[in-house]
Amino acid sequence: MSKPELKEDKMLEVQFVGDDDVLNHILDREGGAKLKKERAQLLVNAKKIIKKPEYDLEEDDQEVLKDQNYVEVLGQDIQGSLKNGSATDGGNKVYSFQNRKHSEKMAKLASELAKTPRKSVSFNLKNDPEIMINIPQCSKGHPASDKVQLKNNDKGEFLSTTPRGLRKRLMVPRSHSDSESEYSASNSEDDEGVAQECEEDANEVILRPKSQAQNRVVSAPVCKETPSKKMKRDKTSDLVEEYFEAHSSSKVLTSDRTLQKLKRPKLDQQTLRNLLSKVAPSFSAELKQLNQQYEQLFHKWMLQLHLGFNIVLYGLGSKRDLLERFRTSMLQDSVHVVINGFFPGISVKSILNSITQEVLDHTGTFRSVLDQLDWITNKFKEDSSLELFLLIHNLDSQMLRGDKSQQIIGQLSSLHNVYLIASIDHLNAPLMWDHAKQSLYNWLWYETTTYSPYTEETSYENSLLVKQSGSLPLSSLTHVLRSLTPNARGIFRLLSKYQLDNQESPSYAGLSFQDFYQQCREAFLVNSDLTLRAQLTEFRDHKLIRTKKGADGVEYLLIPVDSGTLTDFLEKEEEES
Amino acid sequence: MATSSVSKGCFVFKPNFKKRKISVPIEDYFNKGKDESEDSKLRFETYHLIWQQMKCETQRLQEELNKNLFDSLIEFLQKSHSGFQKNSKDWGSQIKLREIPTAALVLGVNVTDHDLTFRSLTEALQSHVTPYVVSLQSKDCPDLKHFLQKLVSQLMDCCVDVESKEEESAQKKTHCSMDSLSSWYTNVTQTDPKMPRKKRTSSQWQSPPVVLILKDMESFTTKVLQDFIIISSQHLHEFPLILIFGIATSPIIIHRLLPHAVSSLLCIELFQSLSCKEHLTTVLDKLLLTTQFPFKLSEKVLQILTNIFLYHDFSIQNFIKGLQLSLLEHFYSQPLSVLCCSLPEAKRRIHSLSDNQCENIRRLPSFRRYVEKQASEKQVALLTDERFLKEEAQSLLENLYVYHTNYFLVLRCLHQFTSSLPKYPLGRQIRELYCTCLEKNIWDSEEYASALQLLRMLAKDELMTILEKCFKVFKSSSEKQLGSTAKKIEELLAQFQSLDAEAKEEEDTSGSHSKGLQKTDLYHLQKSLLEMKELRRTSKKQTKFEVLREKVVNFIDSLVREYLLPPDTQPLHEAVYFSAAHTLREHLNAAPRVALHTALNNPYYYLKNEALKSEEGCIPNVAPDICIAYKLHLECSRLINLVDWSEAFATVVTAAEKMDANSITSEERNEIIHLQCSVY
Repeated sequence: MSKPELKEDKMLEVQFVGDDDVLNHILDREGGAKLKKERAQLLVNAKKIIKKPEYDLEEDDQEVLKDQNYVEVLGQDIQGSLKNGSATDGGNKVYSFQNRKHSEKMAKLASELAKTPRKSVSFNLKNDPEIMINIPQCSKGHPASDKVQLKNNDKGEFLSTTPRGLRKRLMVPRSHSDSESEYSASNSEDDEGVAQECEEDANEVILRPKSQAQNRVVSAPVCKETPSKKMKRDKTSDLVEEYFEAHSSSKVLTSDRTLQKLKRPKLDQQTLRNLLSKVAPSFSAELKQLNQQYEQLFHKWMLQLHLGFNIVLYGLGSKRDLLERFRTSMLQDSVHVVINGFFPGISVKSILNSITQEVLDHTGTFRSVLDQLDWITNKFKEDSSLELFLLIHNLDSQMLRGDKSQQIIGQLSSLHNVYLIASIDHLNAPLMWDHAKQSLYNWLWYETTTYSPYTEETSYENSLLVKQSGSLPLSSLTHVLRSLTPNARGIFRLLSKYQLDNQESPSYAGLSFQDFYQQCREAFLVNSDLTLRAQLTEFRDHKLIRTKKGADGVEYLLIPVDSGTLTDFLEKEEEES
Repeated sequence: MATSSVSKGCFVFKPNFKKRKISVPIEDYFNKGKDESEDSKLRFETYHLIWQQMKCETQRLQEELNKNLFDSLIEFLQKSHSGFQKNSKDWGSQIKLREIPTAALVLGVNVTDHDLTFRSLTEALQSHVTPYVVSLQSKDCPDLKHFLQKLVSQLMDCCVDVESKEEESAQKKTHCSMDSLSSWYTNVTQTDPKMPRKKRTSSQWQSPPVVLILKDMESFTTKVLQDFIIISSQHLHEFPLILIFGIATSPIIIHRLLPHAVSSLLCIELFQSLSCKEHLTTVLDKLLLTTQFPFKLSEKVLQILTNIFLYHDFSIQNFIKGLQLSLLEHFYSQPLSVLCCSLPEAKRRIHSLSDNQCENIRRLPSFRRYVEKQASEKQVALLTDERFLKEEAQSLLENLYVYHTNYFLVLRCLHQFTSSLPKYPLGRQIRELYCTCLEKNIWDSEEYASALQLLRMLAKDELMTILEKCFKVFKSSSEKQLGSTAKKIEELLAQFQSLDAEAKEEEDTSGSHSKGLQKTDLYHLQKSLLEMKELRRTSKKQTKFEVLREKVVNFIDSLVREYLLPPDTQPLHEAVYFSAAHTLREHLNAAPRVALHTALNNPYYYLKNEALKSEEGCIPNVAPDICIAYKLHLECSRLINLVDWSEAFATVVTAAEKMDANSITSEERNEIIHLQCSVY
């Protein structure tokens, strides 16, 4: 019989226990002593003070003791050392399941955080005793957020304050403790919420506390009704349910507010950067101290690199500046290659190329990457005076995380006169390396938590909130179009209109050439197949359209511009004409 | 910055003065790291020396351990190939000829160590059996074409030394079939048997076999394997192939991968390599449980290293790496590690210690404890007089050395006793015993008490074999300190033997006695029986054997109490013991996940600012933005609404800053943070 222990336990072990033990356990529980204890445990846990339950230890056989011993040994120094993250939180938080949570909690948490900066307020609504604690705070918290929003309202930022989504979310029950009935209740309430959506916005503020009260009324009795014993038995199954709920394919509830509704002018990249540069980073003194600590390690890193280890840096925050300082202070006199893993066009091939062409001054080409690697390996083995430092920012980036790439970089780094120092950021980055690769890399891990923003690393990404360089395609569109004949413009307008009309259908692959030709003829824009083709070639040269071969071999025409820009373009065209 | 560009991701930097390469000696990095670079050069040299010695030792061990396996493998190869050699016409051998001789080499799960084994195996085969040894890995051979290509190219490379390579490469590009291979083989073996070949010294055959090593048999695609085996079995009479499978799991895998029709073409013999646990035991035995190397590990460090070994990878390589790292850390961080060398050398070095170093000695906790125990005049002298201190330190080092010699002898002896006990109260392996002994006074532990209890119940022959083993242990060392113990054990053994003789005599006498019993009536018989019973009850405790056994146990106990003191009771132990377990753990077995989690949840841990101090599970609203954003995002399920998120964030931040003007910027900041979270 396997019996998962309390989920609060540090390491959640599933073990085989004899029937007798189980019987004892149950008897004990019914005896009440344990029950009380566990109850207390629950309460304590609700306040997020994690204590390791110890009462189940006596039933563990030696194996488990040994395992625990292992965990202790590996874990015991964590608290003592500065650089290792505290394991006091325990594994259950680090490795917790994804729970289904309700987004209204976020707003609530925010208001709580805003309201009570120092008081320890627990926000986890998982356990029912806590709900009782939390309720007064909720009511306290929400007016605060209202106020903030009202303030915004005054500024005219929000024209329609809290959209219907928030209301809908409010209907979602705040506790999803364990009972099925609770869920059904939630559903009905949800419907209610949907029904209420059509109501006036003005009601909103008044309605909210009311619905909250309603909610409370609903949830509190249910919690009280739930027999504590049953609850405990449900707990494990609850965990399972939560898991499947969180990972179910069913629609996930988020609010339906969109960025478009938030009538805030989009900033372009430049303004954003300017604004950000005005904000002074908080805790700069502490951050500086942290950085100084890391800088003291530079010499040690050099030593360890020379002794055949390779170094990998992990931790929150961009490690690029740190590596850059390392480079400028230690590597000025040696050959080194800096590789930006976050660069979208990076590949192993380009890394090897820069080594062969620029470091080793080789002008030939290679048949394959493996050949190239062999060549480099031989070169480094032959000439032991050759030394090369590789600095890789974000070894775990999209482009480099592949198995092949890692294998090749690993082989490169295993050469005794190639020194690799790399940084990783992804949560699961260590999963890239199996044992074989790990032994190739021969890593030494260093934690360098810097809290510095990933400005450079994310500069190749786009933010939804920043105004895209959409102005560029639009202006180029108009410019190119202006230089064309009216007929050509008409052709393009035809195509764009057609695309806009069909953008809703997911299966829209483009306008087939024959249809297009037909339409153009009807609009008296072209007189022959050939003229249309010539026109299209010109479009294609300016990258205004793209052609795709469909499954049936028919050519489809597409404008590779998003619909918003296209609409703008058409509007402008209308105005002009 | 010089290293950011929108068009490329690699930046090569070459120093301008490339011609005059000044390679900074590694020692310099050793020096500069610390402000007080006490004897750092010497320390680095010592590190280097010890590490080289350790490395040699491990390599020697590896070779030794592999020797048996390789010998039997080579024997198998020679035997199986002789069939081909004879070319006999009889039916049985012709049947046999259709079968490819195959050696299945079960190596265990420690994949990282396999490379080393295969490398030395290749060398051994090349020097003893055949020049044609090819080893293939599964990742090179996705299909049969690549398989053959690799095979051909490696074969050509390994035997064609200086001959025209162009032809070969042209050939290998065009067609790689078994036909071409076998014709090539006949060519090579027929046309130039007279050619003097360096490598073929020991291969007395006209046609040496071709040995193909498949390093990781499990990960080959079955199709490739099957096809290759079928094809090559057809060509076996002209192309003598021998296969060696490297297997990490279990030999059954061969039959699971290959259908019967294919596996019947193989003539498989199984070879088992030494288990990695035994390997570890030997390594520990030779590197740590010896006075040959002055460097020692403290309990926690050893525990961490063995745990990484046992729970993570079973890799000896990694264990050695951990050992190297701890050695390096020790010499890097402990200024007094300069004394971690052989005894005469250390004594010499003490003389040349600087004042600073003397101060360092005085600061050692173990030395302080030692001073406190001394008489007051001596205390003063130790704390003020450098010369006196140095002399004292010399004698202390000597004591430490003696302590270690005795320690390991007694440890082995105790291990002999406890390793055969039922349930292994003190562990089956000597490393477990060692760990317990390092940690605390072993005689205080419950396990030790129960072990002694069990020892008191041992039978005589068991006890005697153990004693003999212990005797051998003590004899093996030529130390005079424990010479008396060896003598004592010898005496005990002798007593046991005499006990044997006595018992026999007694038996004889009792036998004769019973024979001499006169006829008695019932009453007398009962009476005498009762008497005898009484006698037996009283004498039960006092058989000579039991007395002797008690003596042996007490003897062992006294040995343990005298010599197995934990090392931290010894003054100056810091010089040779490496105890910074957490640094080791941090660098070898890091937990990036925990670090990220802590940084996001508890920023106070890194940024020691009072404003960030908070109770668990809650972060103050002045925390770094990313922490707040993370906290908020935790409250959502898989999908998050960006608007809600940013609004919630703005709520928190504005409340913290109490400034409305800032809300726009903070909101925008959130955008950046959002991006970062996508990285995370």
